[in-house]
Amino acid sequence: MADGGEAAQNNAANEQSPLVRFEAVTKRFGSVAAIESFSLDIAHGEFFALLGPSGCGKTTLLRMLAGFETPTEGRILLDREDIDAVQPHRRPVNMMFQNYALFPHLTVERNIGFGLRQENATRAEISERVTEMLALVRLQGFGRRRIDQLSGGQRQRVALARSLIKRPRVLLLDEPLAALDKKLRAETQFELMELQRRLGTTFVIVTHDQEEAMIVADRIAVMNHGRLMQVATPSEIYERPNSRWVADFIGEVTIVEGRISASGAMDSALGQLRVAGTSGAKSGGTVWLALRPEKIGMSGERPAGELNKVPGTISEIGYRGDISIYKVRLADRSLMKVALANVGVRGNARFKAGDLVWLSWPPDVGVVLDS
Amino acid sequence: MRTQANRRNWGARLVVLVPYLWLFVFFLVPFVIVLKISLSQTALALPPYMPVFDFAAGWAGLMEFTAQLSADSFRLLSSDAIYLLSYLKSLQIAAISTILLLAIGYPIAYGMARAPRSWQPPLVMAVVLPFWTSFLIRIYAWINILQRDGLLNDVLTRLHAIDAPAAWLSSDTAIYIGILYSYLPFMVLPLYAALEKMDETLLEAAADLGCPRWKTFWLVTLPLSLPGVAAGTLLCFIPIVGEFVIPDLLGGSETMMIGQTLWTEFFSNRDWPVASAIAVSLLGLLLVPILFYERLQQRSLEGSR
Amino acid sequence: MKRGASSFNIISAVLGLAFLYLPITILVIYSFNASRLVTIWGGWSLEWYRELLRDDAVLQAAWISLRVAVLSASAATVLGTLAAVALTRMGRFRGRLLFSGMVYAPLVIPEVITGLSLLLLFVALNADRGFWTIVIAHTTLTMCFVAVIVQSRLVSFDRSLEEAAMDLGCPPVKTFLTITLRLIAPAIAAGWMLAFSLSLDDLVIASFTTGPGATTLPIRIYSEVRLGVKPEINAVCTIMIAIVAVGTIAASLIAKSGTARRDRAALGAQV
Repeated sequence: MADGGEAAQNNAANEQSPLVRFEAVTKRFGSVAAIESFSLDIAHGEFFALLGPSGCGKTTLLRMLAGFETPTEGRILLDREDIDAVQPHRRPVNMMFQNYALFPHLTVERNIGFGLRQENATRAEISERVTEMLALVRLQGFGRRRIDQLSGGQRQRVALARSLIKRPRVLLLDEPLAALDKKLRAETQFELMELQRRLGTTFVIVTHDQEEAMIVADRIAVMNHGRLMQVATPSEIYERPNSRWVADFIGEVTIVEGRISASGAMDSALGQLRVAGTSGAKSGGTVWLALRPEKIGMSGERPAGELNKVPGTISEIGYRGDISIYKVRLADRSLMKVALANVGVRGNARFKAGDLVWLSWPPDVGVVLDS
Repeated sequence: MRTQANRRNWGARLVVLVPYLWLFVFFLVPFVIVLKISLSQTALALPPYMPVFDFAAGWAGLMEFTAQLSADSFRLLSSDAIYLLSYLKSLQIAAISTILLLAIGYPIAYGMARAPRSWQPPLVMAVVLPFWTSFLIRIYAWINILQRDGLLNDVLTRLHAIDAPAAWLSSDTAIYIGILYSYLPFMVLPLYAALEKMDETLLEAAADLGCPRWKTFWLVTLPLSLPGVAAGTLLCFIPIVGEFVIPDLLGGSETMMIGQTLWTEFFSNRDWPVASAIAVSLLGLLLVPILFYERLQQRSLEGSR
Repeated sequence: MKRGASSFNIISAVLGLAFLYLPITILVIYSFNASRLVTIWGGWSLEWYRELLRDDAVLQAAWISLRVAVLSASAATVLGTLAAVALTRMGRFRGRLLFSGMVYAPLVIPEVITGLSLLLLFVALNADRGFWTIVIAHTTLTMCFVAVIVQSRLVSFDRSLEEAAMDLGCPPVKTFLTITLRLIAPAIAAGWMLAFSLSLDDLVIASFTTGPGATTLPIRIYSEVRLGVKPEINAVCTIMIAIVAVGTIAASLIAKSGTARRDRAALGAQV
């Protein structure tokens, strides 16, 4: 597609510098700080996700990029240029709104063509591009419909087409799939990824759904209370979170508190645990070991080998179909979460609540965190 | 953005300034003039009051002007029982008819809000429609009915409910009927708006928790509709106090309501200072409810934001 | 508790509606009464309508009222819409409290006060009283009603529609004109209708601010009514009611046919 080629050229020309740069951006509403000294780079052609609980400031960040809010302090650079002075209608970025914000008095066609009409494009050009966009979002034949005659999924695609027609430098997506039901959302996530790869446009998505962010994004910025907690690829964020908060926010986790001993092992209420990657942590200080439930093994007898092993009693079982989550009560009365895939037809029927079990994990699967 | 912001600011300022100036000149300034004339004295001149402020006279003129101001009109208002009775009658009629309106309007609004969804727009329409016909016509329609040889007496004598035609017109009863008739939509609509907004699962929750229906009404429905009650009450009470047309056409001649007194002072007696003094004191009387109404308006708008 | 009317609800609604409509119905019927006396039914007749057509004073008054109503409603719609925009979109400007006070107060302040104060202003300004002073007075009163109607629509207006337009390259002023105004147009139209009918209806303020040669229909009717019931007045009122009824029904039919067309199309879309 023509769009892809063009974007690829842009990529080649500016590979060294980021497309979007937040430089120590702070945004206050009255005395409340929504964003605090926030710095971030987004590269050309990236599918980038801003992830965080509601009220963490991610939407404010997106709206500052679109120009609907201005930073109280700091700068936002687009292609190395400060865009503070550029009004929303002159910015080369387009946004897909959370509730789609489709104009109820215009047809699908006129909604999609709205952006081009503002540029005084010729009729022929507009109609050609609109047809192209309708095909892109698979809505051929829907051009003359009114917005209130469309289903939720169709509206979502009209909104997407409308925000893409001007070939924006950056496409901003504010919770674009929040209004769709679960099944449609899952399908649309893959469609979005495919579309982004095809067009090569930089996508910045705001979402509170960590699963969605992990699936669609190349990189994720995890935010909390207006601050950046971690920026990394989805797998890094999942496997190597940099704090207890991130570890806990993304997926399921069990946190074990302890201290690093002189030998490099970790002393905890569960006894001495072998850990990896403690070079940064100073010995003697409090640290936390984050363990993902699916990395922990569970067996009836004490397993052999170079593993951390703790005994416990199954207290609750949560059956989820593909996996089951076991909450195991340990010697220090704490609970550890274990996830086992239900491989056989009868699942893991051999474990029942109240069973005595051994939990085990290799030293390198846990992450040692000092904050 | 700075220069564009400036340009936008000019447009924005104009949007505020035009209606602001209009209301300032044609709403606020007139009140100042009323206040000033209420402190003047009647004169056989055109305009029929003095002193007349002369801008050309400058500071000396202003001093002379202030010296001639007097509180005579207000002294007259407080000393002559006619005015006091007139005020009291207005307050009494407004209070009683507001209570009656509430008593009649609440069941209607409740019935409308509980009606099936598809019935509600036509029901609202049915309540609003008579309101679009002329106020004067609606009052006049009642003269047709209430006059001595009118329809009501005709029907009642035929039913042998009364022996001789009764004098319905020119009485307080007629005033109440006219007020109830004209102001009913103003009471029903705010009540309906408040009741219609109410989440019906609240009633189900109350029933589920063992609350009988009548008690649910007292404990849930009524408290939640209080903003509507307040809006309807103020929307009716304030204008009724100053009502002129209804008491003039339907009421008797014994005691006038304050709006009639003002009208008579102005048009018949041509006593502009006293008419102004009546307006000023009437406004003073209604200031608290008016301010209360304004706060309610502001809050309801901010609430729906 | 189901949504559904109990017998109490139905009775109260029916009685309420009867109370609202009976007097008007009776008035309409009597306008066709051949007899001059209200109690005596003399058969159907158009007598009073013929009489009315010969009554130049009433026709003249109606024409003045109509002109006043159109002019003042149009001016009030512009001013009221501006006021509504100022109140909802301009944030906290200096004097906002006074401004909103001036917008809401005329809705409840007794008409005798508004009328008297405006008259005294015109006297102070030495303005010739008549047609134009009534137009100004009605504009002042009705712009506040327009402002409240438009304001409530603007408050519930989805701001992201405006943001979407600007995001797609539409400048702010153009956005306001093509998106915002277009979408609140029904509220503005309703505001104009209300202003028009309030002006057509007003007796008190017109009586204060009128001058020689500017007798509006309500002033005319009032002076006739004070002298007692006249069948011609029944006829005038019936005509006015008919105009309002036709206007309202037409407006609702237009609105309905719009939705009906949409519903049909939506049905088609699903097949």
